[in-house]
Amino acid sequence: MNKTTAAPAAIIRQVIIASSVGTMIEWYDFYIFGMLAKTISTQFFPEGNATAALLSTLAIFAAGFIVRPFGALVFGRLGDLIGRKYTFLLTLILMGGSTFLIGLVPGYKSIGMAAPLLVLTLRLVQGLALGGEYGGAATYVAEFSPPNKRGYYTSWIQTTATLGLFVALGVIMLVKLNMTDEQFNAPWGGWRYPFWVSIFLVIVSIYIRMKMEESPLFSKLKKEGKTSTNPLKESFRHKANFKMVLLALFGAVMGQGVIWYTGQFYAQSFLETKCSMGFEQSRTIMLWAIAFATPFFLLFGWLSDRIGRKWIMLGGMLLGVLLYRPIFTTFLKDTDIKEWQKTQNTILKKETSVSVHKTDSVWQVTTQYETPDGAKFTKTVTDTLTAARPVMYQATETPKNTVYSNKEVNGTTYIKFIFLVWIMIVLVTMVYGPIAAFLVEMFPTKIRYTSMSLPYHIGNGVFGGLVPFIGLLLTTTYPKDPLVGLWYPIGIAALCFIIGSIYLNNRIDKDVTD
Amino acid sequence: MNTTKKLLGIVWLLLAPVVIYFLLQGAITHIDPAGKKDINNPVIWVIIITIFTPIAIGLMIFGYYAWKGEYEHLPENSEEV
Repeated sequence: MNKTTAAPAAIIRQVIIASSVGTMIEWYDFYIFGMLAKTISTQFFPEGNATAALLSTLAIFAAGFIVRPFGALVFGRLGDLIGRKYTFLLTLILMGGSTFLIGLVPGYKSIGMAAPLLVLTLRLVQGLALGGEYGGAATYVAEFSPPNKRGYYTSWIQTTATLGLFVALGVIMLVKLNMTDEQFNAPWGGWRYPFWVSIFLVIVSIYIRMKMEESPLFSKLKKEGKTSTNPLKESFRHKANFKMVLLALFGAVMGQGVIWYTGQFYAQSFLETKCSMGFEQSRTIMLWAIAFATPFFLLFGWLSDRIGRKWIMLGGMLLGVLLYRPIFTTFLKDTDIKEWQKTQNTILKKETSVSVHKTDSVWQVTTQYETPDGAKFTKTVTDTLTAARPVMYQATETPKNTVYSNKEVNGTTYIKFIFLVWIMIVLVTMVYGPIAAFLVEMFPTKIRYTSMSLPYHIGNGVFGGLVPFIGLLLTTTYPKDPLVGLWYPIGIAALCFIIGSIYLNNRIDKDVTD
Repeated sequence: MNTTKKLLGIVWLLLAPVVIYFLLQGAITHIDPAGKKDINNPVIWVIIITIFTPIAIGLMIFGYYAWKGEYEHLPENSEEV
């Protein structure tokens, strides 16, 4: 065991806590913006204003696609020049500060175009900070870890992205369940609370991190005057290192990114949009699945120390390729409204609203049904009556503009859905659990932060972030297949599996001190 | 295995321009004010193509390196990097 990497257990514990809590908070901060996008849109980016629409698009897309990889370069370089500790302390301050400030920006109605401009700027700072955080945290923990526990210790960092999602889901649900929709969506309403909560979390995390020592390997390099003078050049201009950056991206992180995004975000969006499930049930399915799957990050991190990282990660990708379509087919089949309507359903509630105009009147009939096996759904029919057509549709008819929403599956199906989402998140743990140690072992200490951050954020931010957009693109091009959007993650994961299988080796680098 | 690595290198080399071609074609097809929300937005396409082009060039370089046999032996310590 190398002396420089063997830190006492108590110090290791502190290092893991300080790094993981901070990284989890950064993920939480980044997610709440996306999860509250609809509300944020109405507050800051009003419909019909072309400039606001452009700023909204930039806030949503540029933060993940452009700024995250750019942040990886900026902070990666900084981390290799001045050290891991102060760099990822800075990312935490930037992320926490910008998140808190988003919660304080007055709406468009109060300050006009300044509101979307401020929110866009703060969102870009969030993306920049996130780009610098992960590489620092993973490198920091790995450089404290003994060689035989590097996978296990860094897997604590790997839990943070999913736990950040869990906390974000939980906080938003908690706020939403304790107030009306009007109170939540008001200009200074409940939607701002999750942003404000962030500041307390960040202060605690900064306090913990301030007390930490610099990574022993970086300190040693600095003492010997062997730190890199130009990490970017050494990472990307030296062929021997650049080829490893490319291999990390195309042989591991690219596939990890799509598996990660599909299991956690696409699944949730699919349940809410394609299956028309209600907010509460779809979110609690995710929460339970995440809660039960999270320990597997640690299991696969630990296992990777024993059998190598490569096949665990590639196994997760292969299983994703094989299982995604059957799993999503089950979601569709079990929420198929045609099947639910074949039974004798009970009407739980029926509401009719009418708005009368000069030449016509619009009738909206909303009916909530319960099936014999306990599933519930809402059927909304809108009908326009005119002098030429004074009679509403018949009860036996289903007009084209019928909308089915708020589907609630019964208890058995609910557990089944939790299990299926759990399987997908276990695949996430397989690809993601060992990857920090895998990336750390690929690159030398003096340029490690820079070299591992860029492929990580391209893999996750770009390849992962493209899942919903390409899904929508494919669905528009081939509208007959509701599962066509899955071909993108399946294709990328399959390609990554092939590249990884052929080009990567399964060797665990015992010595990361060089 | 080394022959496979080299031959597949040509595949990765050719795959990159194909990806860019499909992205450009997608942009040309879908950028339309009357089209479907989000995928008709030129800003999104510009962002995606801008960020994806260097990645595709990276895939070409990866393919070129593979074809040249750069991945026959992976570095085992920092001296080799």
